[in-house]
Amino acid sequence: MKRALIDALIITRRQLLLLRRVPEVLIFSTIQPVMFVLLFRYVFGGSITSGMPGGYVQFLMPGIFVQTVAFTLAGTASGVAEDMTKGLIDRYRSLPIARSALVFGKTLGDSTLNIVVLMTMGAAGYIVGWRPTSGGVKILLAFIFLLAFGYSLSWIGIFIGLTAKDVRTVQNMSFLVTFPLTFLSNAFAPTTGMPRALQYFAEWNPVSTMVAATRELFGLQNRFGVTAGSFPSQHPLAMSFIYMFIIVLIFVPVSVNKYKNVAKK
Amino acid sequence: MKTVVVEELVRTYDKGSVRALDGLSLDVEEGTVLSVLGPNGAGKTTVVRILATLLAPDSGHATVGGIDVIKHPEKVREIIGLSGQYAALDEVLTGWDNLVMFGRLYHLSKKQAEARAEELLERFSLTDSSRRAIKTYSGGMRRRLDLAASLIVKPKVLFLDEPTTGLDPRGRQEMWGVIEELVKDGVTLLLTTQYLDEADQLADDIVVVDHGKVIARGTSDALKKQIGGEQLQVVVAQSNIAKTMEIVAQVSQANVHLDEGLRRISAPVTTGSSALVDVLRLLDSSGIHPLDIALQRPSLDDVFMSLTGHTAEEDLVIAESKKKGKRARS
Repeated sequence: MKRALIDALIITRRQLLLLRRVPEVLIFSTIQPVMFVLLFRYVFGGSITSGMPGGYVQFLMPGIFVQTVAFTLAGTASGVAEDMTKGLIDRYRSLPIARSALVFGKTLGDSTLNIVVLMTMGAAGYIVGWRPTSGGVKILLAFIFLLAFGYSLSWIGIFIGLTAKDVRTVQNMSFLVTFPLTFLSNAFAPTTGMPRALQYFAEWNPVSTMVAATRELFGLQNRFGVTAGSFPSQHPLAMSFIYMFIIVLIFVPVSVNKYKNVAKK
Repeated sequence: MKTVVVEELVRTYDKGSVRALDGLSLDVEEGTVLSVLGPNGAGKTTVVRILATLLAPDSGHATVGGIDVIKHPEKVREIIGLSGQYAALDEVLTGWDNLVMFGRLYHLSKKQAEARAEELLERFSLTDSSRRAIKTYSGGMRRRLDLAASLIVKPKVLFLDEPTTGLDPRGRQEMWGVIEELVKDGVTLLLTTQYLDEADQLADDIVVVDHGKVIARGTSDALKKQIGGEQLQVVVAQSNIAKTMEIVAQVSQANVHLDEGLRRISAPVTTGSSALVDVLRLLDSSGIHPLDIALQRPSLDDVFMSLTGHTAEEDLVIAESKKKGKRARS
């Protein structure tokens, strides 16, 4: 068990070395969310009346954070797919290491990458006027919460990467998962303005509960789903935990198993 | 002692419709090199993957170093090294990073892993490029580094799956040099190849595999003898052909064949080099100077042809067209 952990950490280190050897990775992981910040803050933001103290950017940033974390799922997935197509997985599998070490190491490595990405995003938000008001501890908690969400999602990424076997398919599949989830949510606009059916989807959407929970942790009032009054909209923090738990409960065993059997097809 | 034993392996793909291995058996004596020779799709990679514990057979039995690969794969993994058809390395990391990481995964301490990386890079002439990302490496360099990665813990048994496929002639020569060095150090090696000259050059023993079965086994010499003896070939000027054919027939005591376009006269001989000397002497006394004269032993290509009824290249073309974008499961 201890050995498996060490092996996982060695793989984690590989992910971090990547950051050092190819610093562009960080730029590419943050450039898109930074563009989203600028787009929503300055292009759409002026027309969205949020009624928030501090303006739309306070409402927007938690959404952007969750979106950023959700989009890293694609990175995890294509990393795995790349290892598969290049035969690197075969090498790992022929090593005397625990078979779960690789997948655990990957998810940990990508979470560490998320720390750097979130810090960069936080700084970008600060520059455009984002000012969380809840105090140091809660802000820290919010970021930990985001990392936990990212970690659980990376297991979906592992699964997609092991299933698709080719990097382009992986990117398309990841996009299909993350795009509707992040946009059919309360991340950029309140769900109250949506058609009824969409509103239900948006309120039960894990991205929405995550965004609402993070907003609360950053010191905003929960203004999510005031009309629908559904359970997730009233208890976003609890519901987010339940979602993360479900994702981990399903995708950890499924992905580890998939990895073990990946060549046996 | 047999270090690798494979008995009656069967492995099918696509719900039994493709029989990659069809009762294949082979073994490798400790400290020797066995080459598994066959065209694409013959089942070479499947054998290697089963021996390297990456794949389970449908039926049959295999041991490596006396350990059952199906029952105790984790123990097998501690004594083997594998270098596959692709360079299985992290492209964006440097050669150094890769070797140290794999060293650590083989449970070496950080210091040991670094020392070993240094040693291997030196040995495979990669020290100069060790701090560059793998993606800047040439095909030959990648393969050498990949091989280095499979040697980190000095494996007892090494599996090389088509180690020179896709390399240019210089890359191949370098790779051969490296493999020959390893063999001198006494590693037990199972090597798959579709190149007949590669098997000839590197292996002690050769098994010829086609359609998932071993169709012949022996040393390179034995395989060549199996399909017949030597051929004497003489090329002469047009005006000397008739006389030369007479002389060759006299020495050979068999049917003489003339290739008119090449002006090449050939005939089977049983007495080896003395037949060559006889023909030369007789030609000389008739005042004929041959443009070329040779005692031709059958190449492994000829062996392959006579065993399978098709050449390795023909089969390659068939295999490629069958693939239609599907990954080759050779």
